Amino acid sequence: MLNALVAFLNFVFVPGLAYGAQLALGALGVTLIYGILRFSNFAHGDTMAFGTMVTILATWGLQSLGISGGVLPTALIALPFGILVTALFVLGTDRLVYRFYRKQKAAPTILVIVSLGVMFVMNGLVRFIIGVEEQAFADGGRFLITAGDFKAWTGLKEGLAIRTTQGITVVTAVIVVVALFWFLGKTRTGKSMRAFSDNEDLALLSGINPERVVQVTWIIAAALATIAGVLYGLDKSFKAFTYFQLLLPIFAAAIVGGLGSPLGAIAGGFVIAFSEVTVTYAWKKVVTYLVPADMAPDGLLQLMSTDYKFAVSFAILIIVLLFMPTGLFKGKSV
Amino acid sequence: MNRKNLTLFALVALLFIGTGFFQSWNSSLGILNMALISAIMALGVNLQWGYAGLFNVGVMGFVALGGLAVVLASAEPAPGAWNAGGMGIVLGLMLGALTIGGAILVWRGMSKGKARVLVLIGVLLAGFFAFRAVFDPAVTAIEAINPAVQGNIGGLGLPVLLAWPLGGLLAAAAAWAIGKTALGLRSDYLAIATLGIAEIVLAVMKNEDWLARGVKNVISLPRPVPYEVDLQQSPGFLAWAADWGMDPVTASSIVVKLCYAGLFGAVLVALVVLSELALKSPWGRMMRAIRDNEVAAEAMGKHVTRRHLQVFILGSAVIGVAGAMMTTLDSQLTPGTYTPLRFTFLIWVMVIVGGSGNNWGAVLGGFLIWWLWVMVEPIGLGLMSAVTAGMADGSWLKVHLQDSAAHMRLITMGLVLLLVLRFSPRGLIPEK
Repeated sequence: MLNALVAFLNFVFVPGLAYGAQLALGALGVTLIYGILRFSNFAHGDTMAFGTMVTILATWGLQSLGISGGVLPTALIALPFGILVTALFVLGTDRLVYRFYRKQKAAPTILVIVSLGVMFVMNGLVRFIIGVEEQAFADGGRFLITAGDFKAWTGLKEGLAIRTTQGITVVTAVIVVVALFWFLGKTRTGKSMRAFSDNEDLALLSGINPERVVQVTWIIAAALATIAGVLYGLDKSFKAFTYFQLLLPIFAAAIVGGLGSPLGAIAGGFVIAFSEVTVTYAWKKVVTYLVPADMAPDGLLQLMSTDYKFAVSFAILIIVLLFMPTGLFKGKSV
Repeated sequence: MNRKNLTLFALVALLFIGTGFFQSWNSSLGILNMALISAIMALGVNLQWGYAGLFNVGVMGFVALGGLAVVLASAEPAPGAWNAGGMGIVLGLMLGALTIGGAILVWRGMSKGKARVLVLIGVLLAGFFAFRAVFDPAVTAIEAINPAVQGNIGGLGLPVLLAWPLGGLLAAAAAWAIGKTALGLRSDYLAIATLGIAEIVLAVMKNEDWLARGVKNVISLPRPVPYEVDLQQSPGFLAWAADWGMDPVTASSIVVKLCYAGLFGAVLVALVVLSELALKSPWGRMMRAIRDNEVAAEAMGKHVTRRHLQVFILGSAVIGVAGAMMTTLDSQLTPGTYTPLRFTFLIWVMVIVGGSGNNWGAVLGGFLIWWLWVMVEPIGLGLMSAVTAGMADGSWLKVHLQDSAAHMRLITMGLVLLLVLRFSPRGLIPEK
């Protein structure tokens, strides 16, 4: 029984938790942009890739100077630099590209198409600078708990391994989310952002500077995207194309939670991540521990092969949209 | 067609002629063939976006389905595959469809409450396991047949030209199913939904080896035009090539490409004529009325959802035909090479740059952007050689810049799209 629980924790819960945290951070960025700027930013996946790329380059720089994070990955030291460069780049695109359409009050779909153009440019830049190959940049300690140690401590047959990157992901995500909610709830700028998101005209009447709100939003979105991208890259590995594909689960998470609702984005991230992992996990191991030996299953007990994880995010998206059109937490619709 | 538009088309034609003179006619025709196909895809997207304002970013999925139709219709039959598992596959798929139908019936027929949810989950679970129980052994049986070269259900051996309309039909059927579930959604939701469906279509094609061998690819599909090798061995052709003073190898490959260009051109012309007729008909006016103001159109008694579904199916069918043509041109189906940037977003760049809502614009965009997409690579390489000419040989920056020149094309496409949206938002040939 305990063995089954440990196997479940090891193969489903811990990976799901880490992946969910990464998706939640990505979805938060999407949802903030949607709330304030009122369009779905298709360039978000590539913003993540861009931020991660800058962080990787900075990590390599630090490593060549002989600086390392010890047990922790060096990338964490390089992260602020990555966020800074990404924020500057994103502010630049806003100034050069998006501001024009904002002044015109262009339709949301036009802004989405504009973000496709930005997506192309960012994707090309990332490929141009760092290439299309896979880059592993995690260093420092590999595991917080190794399977062998765990077995020795508990005397169970099944091991529980927690990788450093998974631990870092969850801790960082919690810190970031707490900081973000504190910012949105308590600071003057955060309050004006929420006011702007709820009712633009009213916010303008009360003297909020829209350009400033937009700039702060871009900076936060860039920071969230970079953090999410770096965490994902540390946990798995960096490849420009996978980041583009993350767009789907991230949007699914944001929409399932309700576009424009930060709390919803977090919930959506975990809903998507856990369903992906549970549906594509082969449950044979867990079930074998639970049932008597003669009833042990022959098959893998895998509902769907891992390659169909997109289908899972998508199915949840459709189900939620059909039955709760504004998402789990009431999002907005323009 | 006025003078400005004719000039634009002439300029694009010049690009292709220039490529012929300065590079080779062979590569110019190669680009032209894919440009013709791209123009058809752009027509399909224009039907959906330009006529009706539907934001479909699942183009890749329909292109892939068109390609799948070629394999299913015209690949050689796999002996024994149908006997081994054909019935199981059909039965399994029918069970799957029945399950979904049953679930819909339960949802509609039962009154709200916990009982309905429980019955619904029960029906879905039972259906899923029944589906797997019938489907899995059949798949294993089929994939076991001669896996090195086949291991799939095989085609019907039909003429490949017949596979083009079939590709359209397959894409249309998929579009019907997608439209039924997703078309009621708002524009951004529809975009995400179609993006997801395209990924799922690709995932199915990559993983379901029984269908079209997945990533092991189906090669040497039949061709509607003669083979180069056969031409080079026919005495008549050799004499003809000698008459023109051409090397037989070059001549044969040019003739083959011209044959393809003729076929593709005929399809393109037919589709443009049909699209233009549709656009100018009362139906086209109604579509644009719906696009511009759904509420007003609905008040006039137009069935908005039904019209949206109709135009979504039509556009997807056009894209499916183009996908089938592309697979025919390559004579192979390689699901691993389909990426959204190339097959969805590039088509969108074509439509926006050409002019959404205008068929001629979409065609022009298809030709121009495809030419640019291919030619940016050599141009970028030349540019990089010029930029790096002053640098020391073997310096890392020089090597890096020259190696990465290939990625210039994405940046260029993005810039072209952004510039057109900024300075000529209605495209090169705007809607009238």
